[in-house]
Amino acid sequence: MLITDKKLKELNEMAAQLRCDVIEMLLEAKSGHSAGPLGMADVFTALYFSGILNVDPKNPNWEDRDRVILSNGHICPIHYAALARAGFFPVEELKTLRKFGSRLQGHPHAGILPGIDNSSGPLSQGSSIAVGLAYAAKMDHKKWQVYCIAGDGEQQEGQTWEAAMFAGKHKLDNLTFLMDRNNIQIDGFTEDVMPLEPLKEKYEAFGWHVLEIDGHNIPAIIDAIEHAKSIYEEPVMIICHTIPGKGVDFMEWKPEWHGKAPNQEEALKALKELRTLQGRISSEAE
Amino acid sequence: MINKNLKLNPKIFDPDVEQKPTRDGYGEGLVLAGQKDSRVVALCADISDSTRSAMFQKAFPDRFVETGIAEQNMMGLAAGMAMAGKIPFVSTYAVFCPGRNWDQLRVSVCYSNANVKITGAHAGVSVGPDGATHQGLEDIAITRCIPNLVVIAPCDAIETKKATLAAAEYVGPVYLRFAREKTPIMTTEDTPFEIGKALVFREGKDVAIIGCGPLLHNALLAAEELAKEGIEAMVINNHTIKPMDKKTIIEAAKKCGAIVTVEDHQVMGGMGSAVAEVLAENFPVPIEFIGMKDKFGESGDPNELIEAFGMGKNAIKEAAKKVIQRKK
Repeated sequence: MLITDKKLKELNEMAAQLRCDVIEMLLEAKSGHSAGPLGMADVFTALYFSGILNVDPKNPNWEDRDRVILSNGHICPIHYAALARAGFFPVEELKTLRKFGSRLQGHPHAGILPGIDNSSGPLSQGSSIAVGLAYAAKMDHKKWQVYCIAGDGEQQEGQTWEAAMFAGKHKLDNLTFLMDRNNIQIDGFTEDVMPLEPLKEKYEAFGWHVLEIDGHNIPAIIDAIEHAKSIYEEPVMIICHTIPGKGVDFMEWKPEWHGKAPNQEEALKALKELRTLQGRISSEAE
Repeated sequence: MINKNLKLNPKIFDPDVEQKPTRDGYGEGLVLAGQKDSRVVALCADISDSTRSAMFQKAFPDRFVETGIAEQNMMGLAAGMAMAGKIPFVSTYAVFCPGRNWDQLRVSVCYSNANVKITGAHAGVSVGPDGATHQGLEDIAITRCIPNLVVIAPCDAIETKKATLAAAEYVGPVYLRFAREKTPIMTTEDTPFEIGKALVFREGKDVAIIGCGPLLHNALLAAEELAKEGIEAMVINNHTIKPMDKKTIIEAAKKCGAIVTVEDHQVMGGMGSAVAEVLAENFPVPIEFIGMKDKFGESGDPNELIEAFGMGKNAIKEAAKKVIQRKK
């Protein structure tokens, strides 16, 4: 897909907007995960705002829509922000995250919020759901695609590999995974906690086609998803190398920000950074 | 007195009453469900002959999914397929499903209210020689505590067939429990079956024996023998553990004033516990529980094990007499 400079500028602005939404939501909620949602802002922007995804915010349950399955449910603030900004539900509702009576549960609950197809939280469950959807679509000769957003930490779950084996056996080429390879999990860096590498070779051994990209390069993300659609008879794993906490200096590469929300002071600092693109442009406030 | 309205098997007390495993009823029901609705699909984790899902595979090879020995993935696949409009039935042994994939059942299926039908075969100590690892004795406890999930333990192959068809028509997650061995056919094609509607198999006034699964036959035999001793026992087929037919259970407690529950399952958290919850809240009466008493099973002949673990006809009779003594 050819992206004009103007479109790219808009997409980068949207990614910054989604990151701001995430910080504001987490501040309001006083709990939640910071690093993952910030790190995946560019991937969600590419998915929901480049036109690559075949969904209709006004008809969220449209039968022939592409499916987006979030497996690492704890990064849902970024999914919620993307859905709201794409028009699936009012942006004001984002502030209800994790509050009593909200449709924006701390981890996603399927069926109550437009655009959220699966409940997730216990890791790797989304992998099997995505594979099941892709298999059913093949049974019925449906043209829609299944996208699954997965974390790298959840590659430690056995279920991940059960699902990978099944998808490989059945050559589910309507299935594309986007793995957030940010190298952190709650207890530290993945390679210290329980090494995952070589991930590419592992998936290839399971019969997948694997692409590795910079998960903050929006044109590269779009290209990879386009490329995935052209792959025949293999499920596709796009390993998105991301920086946890991307966009907020004091959160970047810090495992301690995996499962923590910012306080007022930290949130203001983060928002200032995001609005000035880490000091590269002058702040409106200054 | 046997309830004539239910059109039970007239040969129910004959020594040569026809015997058939409940899982056979599942296989037959699944094929019928598949004929009635093209959305029905079946998934099995490497034991399709044993769970009888092979009968469906033979009838509808394109709608059968072999998942390999991967029960967690099987549950998730089913959730995904349900989200695409299918009506998936997942089958393996109860010790693995819901035993091994309970988290996937809880979140991928029940929290999302996905239209998945979960079946646990080889439930109960009556599995026999395979031993404790393969005798599912906790499945009722761990399924009935999950919101949105219907839990059914049919009493014979014919009722299992009807329960399978009812599960296919019901929209939402359902758990069905089967046994391994051949067990007496108690019902007929004309016996009614409705999810959540218990059946009074035998009328009585002194004690109500509330059972589920094939052990109901022992309950009926016990009731016949008790009648010879002047004790009239009501026998209830409480096939739907959730949502439970509270009305029938409370009425039985009011009429008889004493209850014996019978199940091939751990007493803790099982059908009897569910009955106790209903009665404790609404009409407390003495209850005796027949089932596994916080023990693992072991290898042996099924009937030998049922007797050894206190679930035989005589144990039920003893429990009935004991609970009648406890009436104030």
